[in-house]
Amino acid sequence: MSTFPISAPSWAKLPRRHMPVLATLALLLVMYGIGVSQYRAFSNVQVVFNVFIDNGFLLVIAVGMTFVILTGGIDLSVGSVAAMTAMVSAWLLQSGLPALLVLVIALLIGPTLGFLMGCAIHFFDIQPFIVTLAGMFFARGMCTFISDASIPITDGFWTTMSQYRIGDPRGNFVSISVLVAFAVVLIAAYVLAYTRLGRNVYAIGGNPQSALLMGLPVGRTRIAVYTISGLCAAIGGILLSFYTLSGAPLIAIGMELDVIAAVVIGGTVLTGGSGYIFGTVLGVLVLGVIQTLITFDGSLNSWWTKIVIGGLLFAFILLQRLIGIRYK
Amino acid sequence: MSDAGNRFRTMLGHRLFWPVAVLVVMLAANTIYRPGFLAIEVNNGHLYGTPIDILRLSAPLILVALGMTLVISTGGIDLSVGSLCAISGAIACLYISRAPDQNNLVTVLTALAMALGVALVLGAWNGVLVSVIGIQPIIATLILMVAGRGLAQLIAEGQIITINSGPYRAIGLGHLLTLPLAIFIALAAALLVAAFTRRTALGMIVESVGGNREASRLAGIRSGRVVFLVYVVSAACAAIAGFMMTANVSSADGNNTGLWVELDAILAVVIGGTSLAGGRFYLGGTILGALIIQTLTTTVYAMNISPQTALLFKAVVVIAVCLIQAPAFRAKFRRRRPGAPPPPQPSPQRQKEQVPA
Repeated sequence: MSTFPISAPSWAKLPRRHMPVLATLALLLVMYGIGVSQYRAFSNVQVVFNVFIDNGFLLVIAVGMTFVILTGGIDLSVGSVAAMTAMVSAWLLQSGLPALLVLVIALLIGPTLGFLMGCAIHFFDIQPFIVTLAGMFFARGMCTFISDASIPITDGFWTTMSQYRIGDPRGNFVSISVLVAFAVVLIAAYVLAYTRLGRNVYAIGGNPQSALLMGLPVGRTRIAVYTISGLCAAIGGILLSFYTLSGAPLIAIGMELDVIAAVVIGGTVLTGGSGYIFGTVLGVLVLGVIQTLITFDGSLNSWWTKIVIGGLLFAFILLQRLIGIRYK
Repeated sequence: MSDAGNRFRTMLGHRLFWPVAVLVVMLAANTIYRPGFLAIEVNNGHLYGTPIDILRLSAPLILVALGMTLVISTGGIDLSVGSLCAISGAIACLYISRAPDQNNLVTVLTALAMALGVALVLGAWNGVLVSVIGIQPIIATLILMVAGRGLAQLIAEGQIITINSGPYRAIGLGHLLTLPLAIFIALAAALLVAAFTRRTALGMIVESVGGNREASRLAGIRSGRVVFLVYVVSAACAAIAGFMMTANVSSADGNNTGLWVELDAILAVVIGGTSLAGGRFYLGGTILGALIIQTLTTTVYAMNISPQTALLFKAVVVIAVCLIQAPAFRAKFRRRRPGAPPPPQPSPQRQKEQVPA
């Protein structure tokens, strides 16, 4: 300590960067505590597992969105792309294609669309907001173009994936979707923290001009994040089709807002450059626990979910502002 | 010869050329597909026909887009307008539905004033978040976009409020001088905004704040106040649009009134040539943009395609218009034709370090 008298002790410096994530964690624990103290059944482990089961697809999509927001961009197309992926796979399965081929095709659509949007954003210098808005319209239009009504999925592989339970002897279980979501989270966290691509993402979000002058591949990275977001949306769409066992043209409308809210509540700054995948996981869990609390209460109506999410968004943005994270 | 060529090129470079061209092409395609498209008939002293319908239905979008133009020209964005439409419509319909005499003009006016008042307060909330607390506009208004839908449902208690009020219905379906009243309301709002921004220094001030907020402040403009004001104006426009939407169907649905109108409005503004980076705005372009979007919607309905599939066409039009207007795309296109003199530069786009969305 005496050798570095000027610098503050390391534990005092840490919170500034980690504060939003820690605040989200605290909020999550408080909300869970309220739930446990109010409702007896809430302390059941299965409640926690159910939050993961019901929000697995949201988690995967939010991971993709975190990449995009870290570069300072935004992707409004994710909800529609997820719906389109579910729709396409339901449609292809109905027409009798083998499950594996359908899976590959469905997983290729999202990244392709994301790649094209990334190219439009980078090469033609159009706002991400507008480009991904067009992508959102396109994907949603494709859904109804395929079919006006929802298509049920009866394929063996899909139903197995949907109904298979991994659990302990006491009856608590998770679905395969949860494992997939965890795998995506771990891979994304590794990529962001330890690979060249991940560091480039943070650098571009911090300041694209400086990143360019440093010789970082700004264009390639920017296109890559939209492709990653598309891939995550596609995986999310597949998980969604596992969850609902159908492809519905109107499913996941407005999901992009939930996803953005989760990412922001998780402490990622919208101008880019600061945030963690772990925070996003917490953000998704916060949304999930709110829904569970409102379901448990029974007397509150569904619209309170929206009002509470709005209030939380406000509180967290204010917090980020107060602790002085750069907001433009 | 070269004079005509120059004139053509000047026209091509005009910012309204491409939007007008798109609109004309769409109208022409419609007329070819359905020869009766442009026919207007007089019935009961009122004009009827598809073009009139397009004008009437585009009125709410024009209103919302007008407010959005001002917000975007300061470099911001207002995502909450759809929710504001739902809230104002719900309040007005709730008050009228509880009144003993729904056809009483005073009742309707009180309802409108109340709803407008609430919308102004919510607009002020947006304004404070952006200008005083300094939150990024897209997020500041996202709060109200998410929570506002919940509020609208809370006001209506999750029900669809139906009313039977003549004066209120007139806002959406009434006629004046043979034309739908809604057109006049939208037109009046457009003229009012145009008068305030283009006949006084206000428009210039708004643009300068959009160009560089800090520099404007140092030049003696109260930047914060201007930013605050545009969000309030946007909320007021959204509220009136909300009245029209609910009056059209004589009911208020907290879930669906004004759903996605913010996206349509942003599209209308962008198609009209206003840059999302702020610093410039074109009211005429915005109105054209709104008309293009409504024409597209009507066209798709007329061709018996489901409304959701219409989004596919909207996506194509959006990308086409944005590409045509993108300086980078134009530059690439121009390079392919060596020898041709460079056409006059359409208002040079300034580069910004960061885009607001």
